This record gives sequence, structure tokens and C-alpha cells, in this order.
Amino acid sequence: MTTPDELGDLAERAREADAVYCERLRVCTAASCLSSGGAAVEAALAAEIAARGLGERCQVKPVGCLGLCSQGPIVAVETLAGEGRAEHLVPRMQPDEAAAVVERMAAELPPERSIAADIPFFSRQQRIVTANCGRIDPNRIEDALAVGGYEALLHALHEMTPAEVLDEVHRSGLRGRGGAGYPTGLKWRTVAKAAGAQKYVICNADEGDPGAYMDRSVLESDPHRVIEGMAIGAYAVGASEGYVYVRAEYQLAIERLKAAIRQADRLGLLGSAMGGTSFRFHVEVRIGAGAYVCGEETALLASIEGGRGTPRPRPPYPAETGLFGMPTLINNVETWANVPPIVRRGGEWFASIGTERSKGTKVFALAGKVVNNGLVEVPMGTPLREMIFELGGGIPDGAAFKAVQTGGPSGGCIPAEHLDAPVDYETLTQLGSIMGSGGMIVMDEHDCMVDVAKFFMGFCRDESCGKCVPCRVGTVELHHLLEALARGSASERDLALLEELCDLVRHTSLCGLGQSAPNPVLSTLRYFRDEYRAHLAGRCPAGVCAASARSEAAQ
Amino acid sequence: MPHVPTPPAPSADKRWKLVTTSLRRQGNAPHALIEGMHAVQQAFGHLEPASLRYLAAALGVPLSKAYGVATFYHHFVLEPPGAHTCVVCLGTACHLKGGPAILSAVERAHRVKAGQTTAGGELSLLVARCIGVCSLAPAVVLDGDIQGPCTPAQVLERLAPCFEEPEGSPR
Ligand SMILES: Cc1cc2nc3c(=O)[nH]c(=O)nc-3n(C[C@H](O)[C@H](O)[C@H](O)COP(=O)(O)O)c2cc1C
Ligand code: FES
Repeated sequence: MTTPDELGDLAERAREADAVYCERLRVCTAASCLSSGGAAVEAALAAEIAARGLGERCQVKPVGCLGLCSQGPIVAVETLAGEGRAEHLVPRMQPDEAAAVVERMAAELPPERSIAADIPFFSRQQRIVTANCGRIDPNRIEDALAVGGYEALLHALHEMTPAEVLDEVHRSGLRGRGGAGYPTGLKWRTVAKAAGAQKYVICNADEGDPGAYMDRSVLESDPHRVIEGMAIGAYAVGASEGYVYVRAEYQLAIERLKAAIRQADRLGLLGSAMGGTSFRFHVEVRIGAGAYVCGEETALLASIEGGRGTPRPRPPYPAETGLFGMPTLINNVETWANVPPIVRRGGEWFASIGTERSKGTKVFALAGKVVNNGLVEVPMGTPLREMIFELGGGIPDGAAFKAVQTGGPSGGCIPAEHLDAPVDYETLTQLGSIMGSGGMIVMDEHDCMVDVAKFFMGFCRDESCGKCVPCRVGTVELHHLLEALARGSASERDLALLEELCDLVRHTSLCGLGQSAPNPVLSTLRYFRDEYRAHLAGRCPAGVCAASARSEAAQ
Repeated sequence: MPHVPTPPAPSADKRWKLVTTSLRRQGNAPHALIEGMHAVQQAFGHLEPASLRYLAAALGVPLSKAYGVATFYHHFVLEPPGAHTCVVCLGTACHLKGGPAILSAVERAHRVKAGQTTAGGELSLLVARCIGVCSLAPAVVLDGDIQGPCTPAQVLERLAPCFEEPEGSPR
């Protein structure tokens, strides 16, 4: 049981313990950097600090994602500089560089190799969701407390009524970050109003869109933020049980999340009599089993109930009839992670960031043909061009930009002529794509749009759960047509059939998977019809598809 | 949670204890089916018919449902996996940056198709649709170890030891 005062003491002690150190080496230990050797780097640095007897003044801290994932393993060298602290990021750090890095740090010199901290990749970001990512040790709740973790929860429990929490979230204008952008405040109110002896809150961490990994990174870097958000939501709507549904591929995220739940339990920040009040909330982790459709909320519920993950028609919405038939509040990881700052700083503060109808920030995973691959958090409304050419550093190898894909298999490809469009829910939808969960994959002149459409259709075909005919059969047929185009054996009639079928699958499928499966085809047809026509003539302009092999052989 | 007794494990194998503990934690309720399957697969590597029968009986669900669930999810395997596994990512970023070439190189070199195990049981070849490390594209996972960016040649080189006969073992 922790009262706000006791929590304050714990946080103060954690901050004091941190302040003892003059220098700090923060080593990224999120999945991507770990796979390129982050743990060995951490060990080498720790050994070097110990060998030089610097343990009293320099701390080696394993942290979560530092953002620039393609340059891993990354180490942040933090030193005292006048009143404040200076920071240098060492990219692609090798264990055998530990001695040199420590030596220069001890001599108060910057590391020999470092990424400038003022490049747009960092300076243009505004970090709310990822504020603690790469700063705190995700395995220690003390670190989370030191940066204000669970303050918002205790504030809500002690100082606010559930209705006041609902108002604050409503005022913030926050919209769901899982793809559809449904107003979070509205959803919370519906669940709060719904009658039910038992209510549930669920965190959707299935993150199935290929090319998106924001949720993984948040869970690996700052799991307490998500748990705190869920607990606040549970208080607001009157739920006492929660589930985090994480995809099985995310082993490290699962481990850190489970550890975080245990730690919060031990401090009485979860469980019964939370924070010294009569409120109780219990969270469990459920592990997915590799089915993309389980990210869809009704399929997710079926999966938590132990069955095949097939969606059902809505309404009734989970807010009224959800898990085990009870009112259930489902939000995405990033949506939950936004909640504590909103409660702490107020809905109005949040609503002052972003655009008229898309508030706050959004985390994107920049990947594909772009120089800086990694995670960026920017205010809503940031133009695509700025994201790709300034934060992203442009297209590598001097190639020409062709399109940026957002929204994964439910989204579309946006061409160069729309690069000045601001990234917000409405604009992306108007352009034939969607915001989606935050994957942003850049494509260059060597990528073929028919191949990309075929790729996504193959994905939807494989992942269709088979419950409704339009999606089960339609995605197979659409994929056949796209294959014929890629082979160079499609006719004008096939192209017409492709468009007709897209329309049918879109309007008659049961769930979002089928309804949006045609999007990648429709958007590439909209902007790159000439590429489709070239394939009809047996030519793949980018030289990716078999069609080009055929026309070359014919020459 | 109501207490439902857990039926005795199908064999004396100690690993069943992990499974029964997982089921008991959820009161042996039908909704523990997927958790139970995770526990079995973690302990035994795959879900064999006897395991499915046991889970169905222990949780009071029809065997047909257990089979339906086990075959619905990509993660569950009904055949024993090979001694090693190689997962090739074919998510969007990996697709664009050369994942398909890695897959076909491994398929050709070891005469195995995606989703299959080599005839000698050395290697299971799997594909994934994004493993969440797109900045390392194209990525593969060798025995749980994420690696990237990789070329086909590098992947083949790293797979080679899987096919070496252990010293002195009979052919
Ligand atoms: C096929 C399909 C897959 C989805 N996958 C995810 C996912 O991986 N993560 C997620 O948060 N939402 C996903 N969603 C959206 C969820 O159904 C749901 O809208 C979301 O979890 C609600 O949370 P939010 O309001 O915070 O966005 C998916 C929807 C569909 C139709
Ligand atoms: S596309 Fe391969 S890791 Fe994301």
C-alpha cells in the first residue's frame, strides 16, 4: 500500500540515488539493439568502469529505445556540463570500444564517434509517449517513479472522481492510436455508462501491421506508463480486471511487462486497496498466438476467451458487450501511454498540441528506403516531407522517392505530389490511406507498386480468418489477379475485374481486415495507374516483377 | 475462482507440471485453452494429439474445439520442429529490402519449403510477417536470435553448422 506521500518519498530517494553520479552511460537494451550486441556493450562498459574504479561517479544504465534503431547498439554518454548535462550518442558501439569511450569520458572529452544531438531526427521530435524511453531502466520501477511514474494514478485516485477523469480525457481530444482514431473520451464514457457487474479494460498490444513496432518499443522501454494508463482507465470506467494482449513474437516486451506488473503489485500500485484507497485493479498478460486478425477487437476478445480469433459483427460494441459478455474498454498501447500525461498536465495542455481534429503527438516507425530508420514522435500535423526528408534524412544511395506507405495492409501508398500533406487522421484518409498504427514505410524508384499491392494482398489472404466469404475468397481472387499482372499475363478485363472486386470486398466483408484489404490496391491504382498499365504490356518499370524478365527476354 | 480438480497428466514426464500449474492458475476454465497450449508448446516443443486430448479433457472443451484452436493460430505447431529453426521475416520492410531472396536461397540450398522441416530434421524453415525490428531489414531469427541486416550468403553461412554431423556420430 503506497500513499501519495510514500510514493513521493520513494521517487525522491530514486532521484537522489541517480543524482550521485557525475556521469552516466545509458545503453539501449531494446530488442533491436540487443540483437546487434547491446548486452555485450553494456557488460564491457560496466567492466571498464569497475576496472578503473569509477563506479562511484559513473553509472552504466540499461535503458529502452533511444530511437535511431538502424544505428544500434547505441550508447548515450551523459556528462556534467556547467549547470546541466551534456549528452553524446555513440552509434554502432562495439564492446572493444568501451575502454576508449570511458577514457575520453573521464578526460571530459566527447566520444570520438558520435551522432550530433541536434540533427532533425532528434530536434524535431516532441516526446510525450516516448518521454522516458531511452532514459529509464525499464526493469526498475524506481526509475519510473523518479520521472513521475504513477503520480497521475495516485492523483486520480485521491483527488479526482471517475467523472472528472472522464472529462479530462474527453477534453484532451485524444483519439485511438490503434488505427481507426475513435475518440477515446467517448469510448470511455460509453463503458462507464454501460451496466455490468464486472467490467474489463484491455490493452491491445497485438501490433500486427508489418512495418510497425512502436508498441513493442514502448512496452520494452517504459512498461509502467502503459500499466498506469490502464489503471487510470479502470478507475474511470469502474473496471477491476484488465488484460494486456501481446503478440507472441514480442518475448522481451512480455518479460518486461510481467516484471513491471509484479513490481507495481508489490508497491500496492495495482491489486487491492490501491494507493491506500478502496479501489482495486488486477492486470494479467495474455499472449497471442500469431494471428493478425486478433488485433481486431472482437477477434481479440474471442482469443482471450480461449477460442479461435474470429471477429463478430458490431454492434454490439465491446464497450457494451465485450469480454465474457461484459462491458469492456479496449485501447491501443500508445493510447494508454498518453493517459498519464493527460491526467497529470490536463486535457487542455494535450489539446494544445497537434491539429484541429488530431490532438497530441504520434509515434511513427520510419522504415524502408530512408536513411534514418527508427522511431520518431512528432506533433500531429507534421508534413510527410518533413518526416521523410528531415527527420528521416531522405532516401539513401541518391535514389528518387516514390511513395510512402502508411497504415499497413489497411492503408495505402502516398506519392510525391502529396508530400506536403500534414499527417493527421482526416488528411491521410482523404489521400486514400489511413493513419493506421504508425508504420511509415518509404519506397523508392526501385520498388514496384504492383508488387507492393500484391505483397499486401498476399498478407490479407494469409491472415483472413475465413469466417466471411467476401474476405476469404475475395482476397484469394484479388491476389491471383495481381499475380497475373506481375507475371505480365493480365488483360484489360482483369484490370477491370480487379477494381470491381476491390469494391465488393470492401463493402461486404465482416470486419476491418476485409473491408480495408483493397486499400493498398486502390491507392496504388489511384496514383500509379501507369505502372499497372505497363504491366499489362508485359513491362515492370521498376524491374521487380517477372513481367520485366519477360519483356527483356523478348528483346 | 471455483476450484476444479486438474485431471492427472498423461505421463509421468516432469514437464507436465508446468502445464498443470498454468491451467490451475486459471481455475481449469475453458478460456485457459490457449494459455494451456502455450504451456505445452513451451515444455514439449509442439502440440501432439495426446496433449490436445489432455487439454480438452482438463478444461472440459470438445476435442474438436481444441484442434480448431490449435490449427487456427500460426504459432502452434502439431509436428515436432527440427533441431534448429530459421525464421525469415517477410514483413513490408524486409520484403522491400531482400527478404524474399533470403527465403529462396535457404529453400534452394537445403531443399525445404517455408513452413517445413528438412528431411533429416536439422532445420525448420519458417516465415514471419514483421518481427518488429524493421530498422534491421532484412531480418532473420536463428534459434531465437534476431539478426539483421542479412544477405542470403550470410544466412546460409550461419545455417551451415546446423547441418554438420556431430563429431564421431554414426551416419
Ligand atoms: C484487422 C485488424 C487488425 C487490427 N490490429 C490492431 C493492432 O494490432 N493493434 C491495435 O491497437 N489495434 C488494432 N486494430 C484496431 C482494433 O480493432 C481497435 O480498434 C483498437 O484496439 C482500439 O483501440 P484505440 O481506440 O486505442 O485505437 C485492428 C483492427 C483490425 C480491423
Ligand atoms: S518487416 Fe521485417 S522486421 Fe518488420
